[in-house]
Amino acid sequence: MADASYPEDLLYHPEHDWAKIDGDVATFGVTWFAQDSLGDVVFFDPPKVGSEVTAGEGYAEVESVKAVSDVIAPLSGEIIEVNEALKDTPEQINDDPYGEGWMVKVRLSDTSQVGTLLDAATYTADLG
Amino acid sequence: MSTYTSATDADRRAMLDAIGVDSIEALFADIPAALRLGRGLDLPAGMAEQEVYAHLRDLAAKNTSAEDEVSFLGAGMYDSYVPALIDSIILRSEFLTPYTPYQPEISQGGLQVMFEYQTAISELTGLPVSNASVYEGPSAVGAAGYLAKLTNGRPRVLASRGVHPHSRQTLQTVSHGYGQTVQEIPLKDGVTDLDALKAALGDDVSALVLQQPNFLGSVEDVAELTAAAKAVGALVICACDPIPLGILQPPGEQGVDIAVGEGQSLGNRLDFGGPSFGFFAAAQEHIRRMPGRIAGETTDVDGRRGFVLTLQTREQHIRREKATSNICTAQALNALAGVIYLSWLGRDGLVELGELLVQRTAYARERLAAIDGITLLHEAPVVREFAIELDAEVDAVVERLASEGINPGYRLGRDYEEHPNGLLVALTEQRSRAEIDRLAEALERAVAAERATVGMTAGASA
Amino acid sequence: MSATSVPSTPIEGLPMQRDEVKTIYQRSVEGRRAFSAPPLDVPAKPLDELIPAKFRRTTAAKLPQVSEPEIVRHYNRLSKRNFDLDTGFYPLGSCTMKHNPKLHERVAALPGNARLHPLQDPERAQGALELMHGLQVALGEVAGMPHVSLQPSAGSHGELAGLLVTRAYHEDRGEQRTKVLTPDTAHGTNPATVTMAGYEVVKVGTNPDGGVDVDDLRAKADDQVACLMLTNPNTLGVFDANIEEIAKIVHGVGATLYYDGANLNAIMGITRPGDMGFDIVHFNLHKSFTQPHGGGGPGAGPIAVSERIAPYLPTPQVVKRDDGSFDLEHDLPKSIGKLRGFQGNYGVFVRSYAYIRSLGAEGLREASEVAVLNANYLLALLRRAGVAEYLPAAFDRICMHEFVLSGAPMKRELGIRTLDLAKRLLDHGVHPPTVYFPLLVDEALLLEPTETETKETLDHFAGVVAEILAEAKRDPEIARNAPYTTPVRRLDEAGAAKRPVIRQPL
Repeated sequence: MADASYPEDLLYHPEHDWAKIDGDVATFGVTWFAQDSLGDVVFFDPPKVGSEVTAGEGYAEVESVKAVSDVIAPLSGEIIEVNEALKDTPEQINDDPYGEGWMVKVRLSDTSQVGTLLDAATYTADLG
Repeated sequence: MSTYTSATDADRRAMLDAIGVDSIEALFADIPAALRLGRGLDLPAGMAEQEVYAHLRDLAAKNTSAEDEVSFLGAGMYDSYVPALIDSIILRSEFLTPYTPYQPEISQGGLQVMFEYQTAISELTGLPVSNASVYEGPSAVGAAGYLAKLTNGRPRVLASRGVHPHSRQTLQTVSHGYGQTVQEIPLKDGVTDLDALKAALGDDVSALVLQQPNFLGSVEDVAELTAAAKAVGALVICACDPIPLGILQPPGEQGVDIAVGEGQSLGNRLDFGGPSFGFFAAAQEHIRRMPGRIAGETTDVDGRRGFVLTLQTREQHIRREKATSNICTAQALNALAGVIYLSWLGRDGLVELGELLVQRTAYARERLAAIDGITLLHEAPVVREFAIELDAEVDAVVERLASEGINPGYRLGRDYEEHPNGLLVALTEQRSRAEIDRLAEALERAVAAERATVGMTAGASA
Repeated sequence: MSATSVPSTPIEGLPMQRDEVKTIYQRSVEGRRAFSAPPLDVPAKPLDELIPAKFRRTTAAKLPQVSEPEIVRHYNRLSKRNFDLDTGFYPLGSCTMKHNPKLHERVAALPGNARLHPLQDPERAQGALELMHGLQVALGEVAGMPHVSLQPSAGSHGELAGLLVTRAYHEDRGEQRTKVLTPDTAHGTNPATVTMAGYEVVKVGTNPDGGVDVDDLRAKADDQVACLMLTNPNTLGVFDANIEEIAKIVHGVGATLYYDGANLNAIMGITRPGDMGFDIVHFNLHKSFTQPHGGGGPGAGPIAVSERIAPYLPTPQVVKRDDGSFDLEHDLPKSIGKLRGFQGNYGVFVRSYAYIRSLGAEGLREASEVAVLNANYLLALLRRAGVAEYLPAAFDRICMHEFVLSGAPMKRELGIRTLDLAKRLLDHGVHPPTVYFPLLVDEALLLEPTETETKETLDHFAGVVAEILAEAKRDPEIARNAPYTTPVRRLDEAGAAKRPVIRQPL
C-alpha cells in the first residue's frame, strides 16, 4: 500500500473524496485516508453511465472484507464514464487511490460547486 | 430432573463471594419486582433421562411412520433410504456441535464441507454460484423471489400452478411484505400453460417461478417457458427436485437464473417435515445478491490452502437494513448429509437411481391406469411421481388402504379443488415391484368396493 | 488449484490436522463407487419413450467417484479440523453454546419420528402433534404469551414472521404503517428483517446504561411506527429496567412490541416477555433449548404472541380438539399464510421438548440462574488486576447471562487488537468470544459462558486471558501473528472476496 499522500492538484470533500477538475468534467475517487480506513477493498459497485449524482450524496459502494461504505459525490453532475478496470482489480483503490484507482468521470451540472471543495492543506488539516 | 449444570453449593458460595453479592437473587436486582414471575413456571416437573426416553418413545410409537406402512407419500418429501454412513458422520461432535464457522482457523472441516456441497449443487443445477444452503425448499422459493425483487424491482411475480402449493403460499406470504404480487399461471394437460403464460407476461414481471418436475410429477418444458419469460426481461426461478436432476437437463442449461429446491431426499430423514435443507444456486451475475452463507477458497499466511466464509458484506450483520436477505443460518449439518449422500451415490449412481425411478414409476403408472375406476390425471412424462384420478371418494379409498398398511399417496383435492379425487403417487428406490403390485391390487379392491357402496346407496335412493 | 505449499511454520496438533487439503472431488477415481442400485425388477422400457431426449441431461453431474471407506475417512479426517462444543469451552456471546444433551439425538432418531412423513394424516401422527402441542404450551408459558407457532426455521425467520404478523395486524385495522424502530445495539438481523418485511428502519439511541434512550424513543414513536424490536436483556447483557415505560410508549402509538429471544437464557422462569408488555417473541431453539448448532444450522425460531396478534399466526396451527385428539388447523382466515413447507423443523422440536421435560419448571429456572451466576463470576475474574486495565467491562455493573468487554485500552497500551486476542485464544484450545459486536463498543468482546460450564473452566479461561495479556506486554508480535497451532493460520479473506472461488473446478 502506498504511503499517505494528498496531491496538491486535487480538490477534496470532507467525506474523504477527491475531485480532479478538467473544464466541466471531473474525475472522482477516494482519498488515501479513506482507503486506509477501509482496509483491503474487495469490490467496487459503480453507478450506471448516464445516471445523475448529487454533491454530498452516495453514488457508489466500496466493500472491504467486513464493511460496506457509500462513496460520496463531491460535486453534482452526470456520470459519463466509470472505471471498469476496478471490477477485476479493486485493489487499485488501495494501491493507487489517485491514479488507477479513480472511480468515475462526471459532467458537472454546476461548476460553481467547485468552490465549496477544500484544497489539500485544508483537507489534511481537518484529518488532524 | 436433569439440569446439565455442575455448580455445587460450594461452587456457588465461592462464585458469589468473588462477585461480591450474597445471593443469586441479588444478580437479578435489575429486574423490577413487578415484572418478576413470582411463582414457578406452570410446567411438569423435570424427569430423569430414562423417564424422558420412555415418554418420547411412547409418543413416537403413536405415529405411523414409513417404517410401519408401505408408503407412496411424496409431494415434496420422500422416503428415500438414508445410508448408514451418514448417521455415523453427522453424529460426530465435530460436525454436530460447533457454531457457524466464525473462526476459520478452527473450522476448516465445516468450511470445506460447505465448499464441497456448493460444488455438488453447482454440478446438479448447472449454475456456477451456490450458497451453503438455506432453511428448506419452499422458503428458498421465497428467498429467490426476494433476489428477483432486489435485481429488477418489478412488482409482479408469476408462479405456475405446478409449483408446490407450500412454495406458492410461502412466496405469497413473504412477497406481501416486500411489496410484490403473485399471479398464478394455470396448468394445461399437466404442465404449465405456455399460452396463458405468454398472455400474463409483461415488462412489469419480476420473475417467473416454475417447478421441475412439477407438483403433479410432470416434466415441464423449462427451456420453452424460460425463453418466453426472458423475452420480457423477467428472471426465471426454478424449484427442482434434486434426484431427478441426475437425468433431467440441468436448469442452468435451460436459461434458468435461479435454481432452488428441497434437499431432503438427499440423505436427510423425513423428520415430519424438517430439519432438511434448501439449495439455492444462481447465475454468476447474482453472486453479490445471494442470500445466506458462502464458503470460498483462499490461502493462509504460510500459503496453505484453506476456506473462509466469503462475500460477507452481503449479509445482515454488516449490511443491516441493506442486506440481501435476513438469513444468517445455513442448514450446515443437513447440507453435510446432502454432500455425503451425493458422494455415496457418485457420478454413475445418481444416474442409475434416476433411471430406476423412471422405470418403476412408469410401471406403477401403467399398472394403476389399467384399473377400472382409475384414470391418469395427465400423460406428461414423469420421473418419480404421477397423478391419478379416482372414480370414487378418495378419502374412503385411502382409509381402506390404511387398514391394509398401505399409504397410497397424497390427496390432491386439498390443494387442487379441480381434482377432488386426485391422488399423487410417489416412488422411491425403497418401493419394490412387489410393493407396487400390492398397491395396485389394494387400490383396485378399494375403488371397486367404494363404487359398489356408492352404487348401492344410489340404487337405494333411486 | 494446486496443492498446498510447504508450511513455513510447523503446525502442532494431530497428524490429520496437517493433512494436505484435498476435496472429495480430488479423491475421485474413475470406476470407484459406494452405491449399488436395487435391481431393476420391472420390465425395462427405452428411456426415450418415457422421457424425451430433449428434456434429459447429456452429461452426468461430475460427482465424485469414491468408495464407502474413502468417504468415511475423508469426512472423519475433515472433522478433526473443526473445534466443537463437546471438545472445549465456547463462550460465544449471543449464541448460548450450552451442552447438547446426548439423549436428544437418540429420541430424535426413533423411527416414529425420523421416518414420519410430514403429510401423514394427523390421525396417524398423533404422537408428533401431541409433542408439538406440548412444546407450544411450554414455550407459551416461558414467554407469558399463550399463542405459539412453531413454524419459523431460525431466529431470523421468526423475526420475519413477527413483522409479517405485525403488518397483518395493522392492515386488518385498516392501517398502513411504514416504520419499525430498532435500537442501535440491535443484532444485524433485525434491520435486515425490517427491510424484507417492507418497512423502513428507524434507529433508537442507547442511554449510558446500555438501555433504550427513552426520550429518543418518545420522540420517534408516532402513528407511522408499526413495531419496536427489542432484546431484553439487550445485546450488551443489560436488563432494561425501563421496559414498562417503553411498552407504554410503544402501545400508546398503537404499535406492537417485539422481543428478540436471543437472550432468553437469562430469564427463564424469572420474568416473562409477555408480562413485560411484549406482543411477539421469537425463541431460538438452538440457543436456550439445546438444538445442536450443527456448524451453522439447523435451528428453529418459533414465535409466541399475545391475544391480539394470535389470529395472524402462520398456517397450519397445531391444536388440541375437544375430544383430546391433536390436529392441524388450516382454516385460519386472518393468518399471514405459510412461511415454509409443512409444519416446521420437527426434529428440532423433539430435542427441545425432551430438554424441557428433562428440566421441568425448576430446572429451567435453575439453568437461567446458573447462566447468570457463571457470567457474573467470569466477569468478576476478568475485573482483576492484569486484565481489567486492558479489557474493561463496557458497563460496570452486574450483568445478566453475558457481558461486553472493550479491547480499546488493550489496543492502545499493548498494541494488540481484539482480533489478535481472539486468535491467540485458539492456541489455548478455547473458542474466542464474539468479537466486534455489539458495534457501539470499541474493539468489543461479548462473552456468554452458559450454565453448563464448570467453575474450573471459567477459572482456566480467565487465567488464559491474563496470560495472553502478560505475553503481549512482553512481545505483542506473538498475538499479532497468532494462531500457530491450528490446522491453518490466518487466512486471506480479502483475496477470497476479491476473486471468489466458491466451488471445486472440475
